Amino acid sequence: MFSYCADPDTLEGLRWLSCYLTTGKHLSFYWAFGTVLLLLAVTAPVALLFGFGGAVAARSRVAPLAWFGKGYIALVRGVPDIAFFLFFVIALDQGIEWLRHQAKCPDWDQPIRQGNDFVVCAEAKMPLSTSAQWVHEVYGFWLAVFTFAIVFGAFAANVLFGAMRAVPRAQIETGEAYGMTRAQIFRRILVPQMWVYALPGLSNLWMVLIKASPLLFLLGVEDIVYWARELGSTKTPQFTDYPHGDWRMWYFLFLLVFYLGFTRVSEIALDRLMRRLTHGQATLGGGAGRAGMTEAGPP
Amino acid sequence: MKTLILSSAVLALTAGAALAESHMQTVRLGTEGAYPPYNFLNDAGEVDGFEREVGDEVCARAELTCEWVTNDWDSIIPNLVSGNYDTIIAGMSITDERDEVIDFTQNYLPPAPSAYVAASEEVDVMGDVVAAQTTTIQAGHVADSGAALLEFATPEEAVAAVRNGEAEAVFADKDFLVPIVEASGGELVFVGEDVSLGNGIGIGLRESDGELRETLDAAIQSMKDDGSLNELILKWFGEDAQTF
Repeated sequence: MFSYCADPDTLEGLRWLSCYLTTGKHLSFYWAFGTVLLLLAVTAPVALLFGFGGAVAARSRVAPLAWFGKGYIALVRGVPDIAFFLFFVIALDQGIEWLRHQAKCPDWDQPIRQGNDFVVCAEAKMPLSTSAQWVHEVYGFWLAVFTFAIVFGAFAANVLFGAMRAVPRAQIETGEAYGMTRAQIFRRILVPQMWVYALPGLSNLWMVLIKASPLLFLLGVEDIVYWARELGSTKTPQFTDYPHGDWRMWYFLFLLVFYLGFTRVSEIALDRLMRRLTHGQATLGGGAGRAGMTEAGPP
Repeated sequence: MKTLILSSAVLALTAGAALAESHMQTVRLGTEGAYPPYNFLNDAGEVDGFEREVGDEVCARAELTCEWVTNDWDSIIPNLVSGNYDTIIAGMSITDERDEVIDFTQNYLPPAPSAYVAASEEVDVMGDVVAAQTTTIQAGHVADSGAALLEFATPEEAVAAVRNGEAEAVFADKDFLVPIVEASGGELVFVGEDVSLGNGIGIGLRESDGELRETLDAAIQSMKDDGSLNELILKWFGEDAQTF
């Protein structure tokens, strides 16, 4: 990185550290923080969308839709995350390739399953094996986003399902009295009011999601925990310009600080959101926001 | 006239090159990237080591375009058979158990000795707690030897277990352990006899990939015949290493 880094053996102290911390490997480590943050930024809204869909489906008066919603919630919540990640991603990947195979190679005469092997024609590979490595990485990233969204969507669906039921019946009745249709009540009364009941559950999910990012490596995405382990492990002089002992503790300490800082920032942001959402609502939190209500109580 | 001949010659050449390009098959090479000197990530974060050089040379001779991919050792075989990459070139010994699931080329490294490393000479490697990397031939050997086996996901963690006293000894490829023992400054020592396991190290492939296997086999054979493979072995494993 710097001009004086050409011969690291002669360096000492801060200069050595500045060279060490800017090797290509360390840049990959810093880059991985971006990957994790991007994953969280994309997964959270997608999972919320899945959750909303699941909750609405589970509440539906159309029986098959309700079964689907309830089945989704029960099934995904019941399967351990690691099993889901290992099984589902391989199955999803093979499913996509199987569909592409059916479409692109209709006159293929060999079986797709040959013993342990899963063999599709070269054109059906996803991504193509001739694609550059970054295409494979982007594909892996989106598989990860989709899998995370399905898993966390199921939990979010359960939270939202409960929140929708927690909205006081009187509020709905008022809407009915005004002659609103079911759709109008849902849109104008139920959804705006349910968030305050959903937020504690959703904020829990967000915290769990932040900490679940190391599962990424199961999906072949090189995340920060992978790089911390790789960079911290003992380096002998034959294979690196920067030999050192077992430094994993320091790298993991750095990760600890990162995760703690990140969850703290999230907590502050969620607190503010909670205050906004409860504003003016007839709950303890909402009442606190109304002038003169805290001490006097109801008139 | 001269320019015409020249330009047509150039055209023929470029067309030939383009044709060769389109015939080049892309092969994805899966490796672990955490097992020096076999394979490791260098300071730039690229795959490096003995297998990097062997793999690149094999690909050049077989006229394949090759792409290196790193994968956890734990799931390196499942990801091969489901098609995420086409070969495993990660210091994997050829054993009968693995041969039932995947195929191997001929070996590109003769059966290398495995060795025990401990913090002191007095350790009984047949009876104490011995660490090894999970699903390796070394782990299998420890389990059979009567010692209590402690498995780790990476060889690095297995060595660390000896340093912090969790295990009495670690059992791994000697070529992997030598640089670590040298760098430890006397803290770690070799104990007991070296053990020769497996049938050497080969490139792992899907059983359905017979054609690729023959191509790679021929390339390895040509490297054995002209001695270039031996040169690489001596370069990465030292003057005392076994050659073909």
